[in-house]
Amino acid sequence: MTKEFIGKRIKRNEDPRLLTGQALFVDDVDIPGMLHAAFVRSDYAHAKIVSIDTSTARQMPGVVAVYTAEDMGDEWQPGPPLVSPPPTVEDVVFHSRRQAPLVKDKVRHAGETVAVVVAESRYLAEDAAEEIWVEYDPLPAVVDIEKGLEPNSPLVHDDLESNLAAHLSQEKGDYEAAKAQADVVISKKIHIDRGAAAAMENRGIVAHWDEKGQLLTIWDTTQAPIPIRNGTAARLGLSENQVRVIAPFVGGGFGPKIMMFYPEEMLIPWISMKLCRPIKWIEDRRENFYATTQERGQVHEVEMALTKDGKILGLKDDFLHDTGAFDPYGLTIPLNTQSHVMGPYEIANFSSEFKVVFTNKTIVTPVRGAGRPQGVYIIERLMDAAARELDIDPIEIRKKNLIAPDAFPYSHSIIDQAFAELILDSGDYLPTFEKAIEMIGYRQFIEQEQPRLRAEGKYVGIGITPFIETTGVGPYEGARVQIEPSGKVNLATGIGTQGQGHFTSFAQIVAEQLGVDVTDVRIITGDTAEFHWGTGTFASRGAVVAGNAVYAAASGVRKKVLKMASKVLDAPEEELEIQDGMVRVADIPRMSISLGELAAQANPLRGAVEPGTEPGLEATDYFGPQYGATAFGTHAMIIEVDPETMLVEIKRYVTAEDCGRMLNPLIVEGQVHGGVSMGIGNAYYEQLHFDENGQLLNASLADYLIPSSMEMPPRIEVGHAETKSPLSELGTKGVGEAGTIPVPACFAQALENALQDFDLEIAETPLSPNRLYELLYKKEQ
Amino acid sequence: MKPPPFEYYAPTTVEEAVAHLAEHGYDAKPLAGGQSLIPMMNFRLAQPAVLVDLNNIAELSFIRPGDEGGLSIGAMTRHQTVEKDALVAERAPLIDETMPQIATRQIRSRGTIGGSLAHADPSAELVSVSVVLDGKFRVVSQKGERWVPASEFFLGLFTSVLEPEELLAEISLPPLPDRSGWSLMEIARRPHDFCLIGVVALVTLDEEQNCKQARIAFLSAGDGPMQAQNAAKVLEGQPFTPEVIQEAAEVAVASDIDPSSDIHATADFRRHLANVLAQRALTQAFERAVGN
Repeated sequence: MTKEFIGKRIKRNEDPRLLTGQALFVDDVDIPGMLHAAFVRSDYAHAKIVSIDTSTARQMPGVVAVYTAEDMGDEWQPGPPLVSPPPTVEDVVFHSRRQAPLVKDKVRHAGETVAVVVAESRYLAEDAAEEIWVEYDPLPAVVDIEKGLEPNSPLVHDDLESNLAAHLSQEKGDYEAAKAQADVVISKKIHIDRGAAAAMENRGIVAHWDEKGQLLTIWDTTQAPIPIRNGTAARLGLSENQVRVIAPFVGGGFGPKIMMFYPEEMLIPWISMKLCRPIKWIEDRRENFYATTQERGQVHEVEMALTKDGKILGLKDDFLHDTGAFDPYGLTIPLNTQSHVMGPYEIANFSSEFKVVFTNKTIVTPVRGAGRPQGVYIIERLMDAAARELDIDPIEIRKKNLIAPDAFPYSHSIIDQAFAELILDSGDYLPTFEKAIEMIGYRQFIEQEQPRLRAEGKYVGIGITPFIETTGVGPYEGARVQIEPSGKVNLATGIGTQGQGHFTSFAQIVAEQLGVDVTDVRIITGDTAEFHWGTGTFASRGAVVAGNAVYAAASGVRKKVLKMASKVLDAPEEELEIQDGMVRVADIPRMSISLGELAAQANPLRGAVEPGTEPGLEATDYFGPQYGATAFGTHAMIIEVDPETMLVEIKRYVTAEDCGRMLNPLIVEGQVHGGVSMGIGNAYYEQLHFDENGQLLNASLADYLIPSSMEMPPRIEVGHAETKSPLSELGTKGVGEAGTIPVPACFAQALENALQDFDLEIAETPLSPNRLYELLYKKEQ
Repeated sequence: MKPPPFEYYAPTTVEEAVAHLAEHGYDAKPLAGGQSLIPMMNFRLAQPAVLVDLNNIAELSFIRPGDEGGLSIGAMTRHQTVEKDALVAERAPLIDETMPQIATRQIRSRGTIGGSLAHADPSAELVSVSVVLDGKFRVVSQKGERWVPASEFFLGLFTSVLEPEELLAEISLPPLPDRSGWSLMEIARRPHDFCLIGVVALVTLDEEQNCKQARIAFLSAGDGPMQAQNAAKVLEGQPFTPEVIQEAAEVAVASDIDPSSDIHATADFRRHLANVLAQRALTQAFERAVGN
């Protein structure tokens, strides 16, 4: 019997390298002759460029080159669109406007790239950048999305009639008819504000054009190295084989590092070719706040129609979505919001219309959650309001509306981010819901603890929030597995890695198939010279799409091993087992051969082979799911709030997760812990404050508040269930975003519960002590 | 986020250091722990042409007994050294209680007590604490030295009486009067952040347990450490009843502080917090004074 590794709590292979500083990050790349780039970025959110004077900067010591849009001549072109608008829905409006490498006519958000200096050091480059004089003619800025659609609003893109970037409506059943039959209709206007992804490692690029070898090597903190390779080759007129993109270890992706192409990603390789020198640009934290994509800004007007016993008859959600100055990522985020607003609930009648609005703010693309947290926030705020209005227990009203386990695969009958029908592949929602309730001790809290603490003058509250997460979207990923004569196994896959534990979870899949130790599998991710088919690491798809490709490739090698060993050992395949790096005839240990020896024999150096023979014990395979796999779970928290200081402390945090078959529960829990910390940021700490001129007021980690270990609950208890996805051999679903998605909704619920004496109604996120003070004591505002 | 070019000197004596300061005047900036200055230089908000690094000056790092039970601390003493010092714990319990509340452990391992005071940030704990404790500062230059009371040292936002050629060398704290109690309370978004509001109180009781003297200062409530003299007057001679404490807090909020608004808190919210915190801090200080 082959040893099982999948599902085991195995410590991560990559951690010794990461924890001892031995892992390669982009900024570790140091090439002789390397030059450094610094950017001149717009001080204004919206302004015409009158003139740019680079004459002083060009003369400064150590400066090698300065480029503006004009200097790029015919080679100036905007970035490509990442995804196209949905073809399957009628009457879709979509105006594609994409970022340029350097601004030509007018700047559309503060921090947009206006010029770039290349110098012998970053210090000299920044000194010179300060001496580039840009004359601006400032224009009024579009900051607020509601005002942005008013007829007299300034225009972000002058060639459009308005700031409307996109418009899409979806209908299911007949909401108005449902509303007419309803006993009660709850309506709310809900504001969700913007935050940053704030990865620990900012972006960075090193590009090295080797003139003699005619090869361009790019180290990039990207989540999507293969599309970057292909796009760079196309932009620069090179063959795809002439471009190698390496995404080494990356200190957190969270979505913004998928964005292709950032201005810097277009420019740095181009400059390397112009100058025939290696060029390095490492984004600093201030640049990150202005230039790396952000997410979450939406305003919803939502209505829910219910019977008096709490059954949802229909939901109507019309919303505005802030896309920032450009919309390279199409409609993924608002479609995700629509896909999650019905969430785990059966809602027969649904109507939703969204308008995407251009603003003079940093570009919006997915950030961990990618529209899903907004959808969950909306439906869960409405569930709580309905429970209060109907005087039903918030647990009971949710139970009453959960999709039944026999209804899967369940179609929500709208389109999803892949422009295909939104089908929930599998699920069983009640068990995780009840598990979370049990883990946190809901009944005991409500009936005993809360009244006791309230009598002591303490304000404690509880939130219980179920959610779904669509994961593992296509199109496909691939993997190549090879056994070496040493007996060690190589695995290459195209996706990049930003902390997900791929070096362990993928190794577990391979090790189980090939009977080797997890530590004997050497993994390469995100290097296009090693594997050049696929898309990238995003949308909680690594374990699902790449994971199943790894499984398929490893299974292919296993077949080759068994077939060859059957010949060598002269025994039928059914009688063979692979264990501890050996293939042997079951029950006859002396009839065996090591995988390494078999690999050596599979690559003969002399003699003849049979026709059709492929050398080596190697296989390449791919996996593309029919549609995405949908994970789910429930989060619960207990908080204490001081109604005098408005400080909130999370006393307990519980999650019950079902992400299908788990490859490694330790890694699943790590993903959930990290996700919850980001969600706590979204709920109570992380908000980007823009003034009326579109200026970001908190572009530093001193003022943009990321929760630290001190703000985290003492423990995050993670419970598991495993409802395998029927869409793949492994049955995996993604979990990368699950931790983040329901947190703001759960936090708002717990706060309302804690402050029920104050009759507090929350219809916004993120919150803050200052905002809570206004909500509690300044109700008229 | 790289600083523009600067000249760098690393003197090993105070004499050398003040000579550099005298030579370069307004162009020079002394570098203590660098926990505020270096980020400001990296943001190019501060662009000193000359840095005079004080980190190699051994004579500026010390903690020793002062006169009559007081305490004397060298300006280049690291926060964490003060935090762990037994003499500080014995002679200056309010300082001892303050140290762990300053920023993060990482910052305290590098930041210095003199650097924090000379930076004169109204949200800094030691700024208000030194005023409440009636400390005094020894300031040296090539021309000699002078002692400045803490209550006269801070002139406004990031501004003190220090002239460009002067160096803060030593902080001297008198012993606490008998029957005294103290409290330092802060409200911050995260414990290590600049506080939204903070209050330091030191109360001394007379033999009838009434307030003999109260010294109160607010953090992040104006352009400097905001001494609550009107609130102190309300307390003097009074018993510590909830009503008196409430009145003192209200007077402080109405007439002693001048908070402003920023993205983290409006002035209105800061006044609300100042009221809440002043009542809590005065209560704690009083309860401690009764025990002393």
